[in-house]
Amino acid sequence: MAKILSIKDLHVDVASTPIINGLNLEIESGETHAIMGPNGSGKSTLAKTIAGHPDYKIKSGEITYMDHDLNDLPIEERSNLGVFLGFQYPIEIPGLSNTAFLKAAINAKRKYNGLEELSASDFLIDLKEKSKMVEIEQKFLSRGVNEGFSGGEKKRNEILQMLMLEPTLSILDETDSGLDIDSMKVVASGVNAFRNENTSSLIITHYERLLNYITPDYVHVFHNGVIIKTGDIQLAKDLEKRGYEWLTNP
Amino acid sequence: MSDIDNKNKEINEFLNKSYEYGFTTEIESETIPPGLDEEVVTLISKMKNEPEFLLKWRLKAFNHWKKMPQPDWAKLSIDPIDYQAISYFSKPKNDDGPKSLEEVDPKLLETYEKLGIPLHERAKLAGVAVDAVFDSVSVVTTFKDKLAEAGVIFCSFSEAAIDHPELIEKYLGTVVPVKDNYFAALNSAVFSDGTFVYIPKGVRCPMELSTYFRINEAKTGQFERTLIVAEEGSYVSYLEGCTAPMRDENQLHAAVVELVAHKDAEIKYSTVQNWYPGDEDGKGGIYNFVTKRGDCKGENSKISWTQIETGSAITWKYPSCILRGDNSTGEFHSIALTNNLQQADTGTKMIHLGKDTKSKIISKGISAKSSQNTYRGQVTMSKGAKNSRNFTQCDSLLIGSNAGAHTFPSIDVMNSSSILEHEATTSKIADEQLFYCMQRGISEEDAIGLIVSGFCKEVLNELPMEFAVEARALLQVNLEGAIG
Repeated sequence: MAKILSIKDLHVDVASTPIINGLNLEIESGETHAIMGPNGSGKSTLAKTIAGHPDYKIKSGEITYMDHDLNDLPIEERSNLGVFLGFQYPIEIPGLSNTAFLKAAINAKRKYNGLEELSASDFLIDLKEKSKMVEIEQKFLSRGVNEGFSGGEKKRNEILQMLMLEPTLSILDETDSGLDIDSMKVVASGVNAFRNENTSSLIITHYERLLNYITPDYVHVFHNGVIIKTGDIQLAKDLEKRGYEWLTNP
Repeated sequence: MSDIDNKNKEINEFLNKSYEYGFTTEIESETIPPGLDEEVVTLISKMKNEPEFLLKWRLKAFNHWKKMPQPDWAKLSIDPIDYQAISYFSKPKNDDGPKSLEEVDPKLLETYEKLGIPLHERAKLAGVAVDAVFDSVSVVTTFKDKLAEAGVIFCSFSEAAIDHPELIEKYLGTVVPVKDNYFAALNSAVFSDGTFVYIPKGVRCPMELSTYFRINEAKTGQFERTLIVAEEGSYVSYLEGCTAPMRDENQLHAAVVELVAHKDAEIKYSTVQNWYPGDEDGKGGIYNFVTKRGDCKGENSKISWTQIETGSAITWKYPSCILRGDNSTGEFHSIALTNNLQQADTGTKMIHLGKDTKSKIISKGISAKSSQNTYRGQVTMSKGAKNSRNFTQCDSLLIGSNAGAHTFPSIDVMNSSSILEHEATTSKIADEQLFYCMQRGISEEDAIGLIVSGFCKEVLNELPMEFAVEARALLQVNLEGAIG
């Protein structure tokens, strides 16, 4: 198995406040990792840092993705190399259709990788199939990016983008928050469809319930910017019953 | 260096990208020496072999202009213009009227190539008839035959003055009278050339008509005159696009466009304007002071203006509609984009005179860096304009924290049955929007282009397909990295 992501002694500040304090994490191809933890433990910070958000400053440590030192790479290049972030709060871009946005994204990635632009018909066939998978109606695709979408629609749209962009590493930042049970099942089936031996997922969640549908290989508990415990799905079930107190305040 | 500084530096590098179309074609020109008096006006008219009435009309305009002060009510700061330092006429030499593209000076064709207007291809592929104005004299006209078959007249203004004097005499100055305003009066006196379009009764013009304007000669003001007449039940869509080469001194452009729509006629007028805006210190650049007005003369007539304004150092322009005929419709769709030290004061006037008249105004202003972008609009519902309606939507998008967006709507209602709606928004490109796009692999400059084209969607949709593509590219080029 190939190493996809390797994080070593990572320290990250946000607005001069240390949030991640010496994190270590290794993800190999084909693996699904879940990160759980109470609010403010630094879960989303990790997601944004890997994606390269300018507000999240790496003070020390390394993030290696495949053979690349992510620290050196611009945001779009990380994406074009196969790093995908499913946003906790997907952004609206009024007037820019979902279709046009997706096409621009896919062709940016193809161009980066020395491929020709996708033909309009290939693109549309792929889009139709994948939007069906996440139960997004065709008419939504001609609307502005996330414009007037409900919470559940926005999250399903994130999964659609993931499926279309076919990343190597998918980071889903609280994709389950605010979802009703039906939307959650749709999201989970999208994520499961994405899983194979060449892809990896990092699923950040506050609750265990999403993990009933996406069984992770590892569950990590985050606290004060470090992993304080690692286990399997049983750990998630324990957390559901007992909360975080017994780990964070033993 | 802090990250903000870093980011600003990056942005500045983007924004400082120089004007792509800054080149000058070396072609000998016949130019009247600078200066303006009755003699010059007479000389212009004589050089063009104009009929007597036109000379008289020019002189009348000139005498009005002399007595008028340059207006100063716009939210623009304009360096004083020395009207005596301007040359009022120039034309490329060897101009014995080329009959085909082969006869055209290859250098001219090269210029169009650089501008991305491969005339012959464009003409063939897109079915667009192009009346290219190089400096002041039309040098290429295509598709004349096909248009002639339909009875459509599409020619340079100079030709029309000689071949169709009765139509010129009948309509010239009826929509924008010589006394209308300072720049219109100046144009009326010295206009060099332009376009004349006449669509006969019941004819749907078989193709989009398009004219490319280009200012080429140093210190040569460009005074275009366009007149479009659509007879009863006819339809025409007209496109106008412009770029200009780089120049150090300000070049004055004071065009006049008059549209006349008779009963049941429709005129769609689209403009993509990308004149040299000056450098990042505001040096050079075109002064674009234009009067555009349409007269919805007959019942059920319709005039719609669509404009994409990205160029010029200063834009002063209000394409307007006089809704005279009952049940007539006026529309104004505008995108005005300013960057660096550009200033734009643009908008429209919808003057409702007939009953059941309708107007719609969609204005999108985008301002980056230290530019100033003003929407100025007037909607008037006269006493007789019973049951008339207006809808106005003014949206401003700010990029960076030094740019200005201003909105001056004016509404006068003199009857009690008309309905008016006005909506306005101001927004800023958010860092999170950019991050979202970039996380999806899209570069910052492409992201800005996409966000802006989304913001402008309603207006871009009004453009004919091939122009919409061009306009999107233009917005993107003019906004690369414009974030801060």
